[in-house]
Amino acid sequence: MTTITTMLDDFLMRAALAGVGTALAAAPLGCFVVWRRMAYFGDATAHAALMGVALSLAFQGPIMLGVLATAMMMALLVQSLSGRGLAEDTLLGVLAHSALAIGLVAVSFLSGVRVDLMGYLFGDILAVSKTDLALIWAGAAAVISLMVWRWQRMLAATLNADLAQSSGISPRAEQLVLTLALALTVAVAIKAVGALLIGALLVIPPAAARPLAGTPEMMALVTAVIGVMAAIGGLGASFHLDTPTGPTMVCVAAGLFVLTSLVARMVRRG
Amino acid sequence: MSLITAEKLTLSQGGKTVLRNVDFCIDRGEIVTLVGPNGSGKSTLVKGLIGALTPTSGSVIRARGISIGYVPQTLQLDGFLPLTAARFLSLPQRQNSADIEAALSEAGVPGLARSQLRALSGGQFQRVLLARALLLKPDILILDEATQGLDQPGAAAFYRQIADVRERLNCAVLMVSHDLHVVMAASDRVMCLNGHVCCEGTPDVVQDAPEYRALFGTGTQGAFALYRHQHDHDHDHA
Repeated sequence: MTTITTMLDDFLMRAALAGVGTALAAAPLGCFVVWRRMAYFGDATAHAALMGVALSLAFQGPIMLGVLATAMMMALLVQSLSGRGLAEDTLLGVLAHSALAIGLVAVSFLSGVRVDLMGYLFGDILAVSKTDLALIWAGAAAVISLMVWRWQRMLAATLNADLAQSSGISPRAEQLVLTLALALTVAVAIKAVGALLIGALLVIPPAAARPLAGTPEMMALVTAVIGVMAAIGGLGASFHLDTPTGPTMVCVAAGLFVLTSLVARMVRRG
Repeated sequence: MSLITAEKLTLSQGGKTVLRNVDFCIDRGEIVTLVGPNGSGKSTLVKGLIGALTPTSGSVIRARGISIGYVPQTLQLDGFLPLTAARFLSLPQRQNSADIEAALSEAGVPGLARSQLRALSGGQFQRVLLARALLLKPDILILDEATQGLDQPGAAAFYRQIADVRERLNCAVLMVSHDLHVVMAASDRVMCLNGHVCCEGTPDVVQDAPEYRALFGTGTQGAFALYRHQHDHDHDHA
């Protein structure tokens, strides 16, 4: 027990564990984001996180709770507005950027509070406290349990709504579960990578995993491995190069994406 | 009791009423075919019957606990979703590999378990869709334009297989089809739709009905014979 406590006294160890927890939560969900072409939906939800930050600071509540609430509200808003005539990408563009701008303005209103804006936009993983760490892992555990529990149903609903319905699965209910998981993941990831880069964490690892996987489960697994590699690799690189940690993690993930794409291409050519 | 019953069913899609006042029922062992021009509400009725669309008015009653084997028109496969035939057959219920292999053989595509769905030909793909439906031990098999992309001998073979499946499982079969000539002969009952039920009955009755002739003309007579003389070989159409 004492060794664990001593270990957690090290800010690098805390940062690594926070990164790993975030990557694990994002992996199965990120696969669905990619399969269902929800990348912009994820972005819009993540950008709403900043409003949650402002809200939490104003009411002096826990950041993750405020982020969870606004992310959930945003996701539900997008869902209820979609399919009502406005082109999907336009709608998401309007909502994502408005949410971000409103969040920035709201934070600036909080006079008297010294706010590390950069930290909320790009993450501040080196400043993760033990409480943050506990919240991140609790959130990650919740997301992963949710995904494992609904996996078969969500997969069927993703493949074909009518096919799912004919077996008594409600595609709308599964969409709601996915929305909840997305909001939870945004809340988990805000500390590690910040509102602007959550989308990258959701989309890049699954995209990098795709050429290496033959089944959905394998893809989720490989995504998790790639996500963890990006988190730990990014942390190490940023420590040595003295670069911002969140963006460095995303850079490593992007590098892995290029690598697997090239390998896949070479294998196909034989 | 019928497996699925609909009474005075009215269905809308995108705010527009597509089907009005449809009475429908299907019993075990029956093959019922829905025909009708494009936009006549065939697929809409299927969606209503499986519960994917909520009726605007009227009712749909599915017998308690029935298993529906649904074969969709097509699957939009996202390039980012890796899916082998075996994994697809395990949706939404997990199946063991022996059952999967058996279902694939039964559907006429043995040995495809490890193939990616995206790599299959149109004909193989349709048969994998059928295999999945068969694994659910369906009380009713529902096929929505299941022979899209198959040539005529391929479609005829597919329908013969459906007839076999019906014999063996004693399930009901509900088909939506464009291939009037092939399908008509294989059905016990035909329902012709055009925003409402135009006419229904045995194929012979429907074929002679003035409403049916007004929609499809009489030109399908010759092709109607195709199924009846049992093609089990391909013709070289020069």
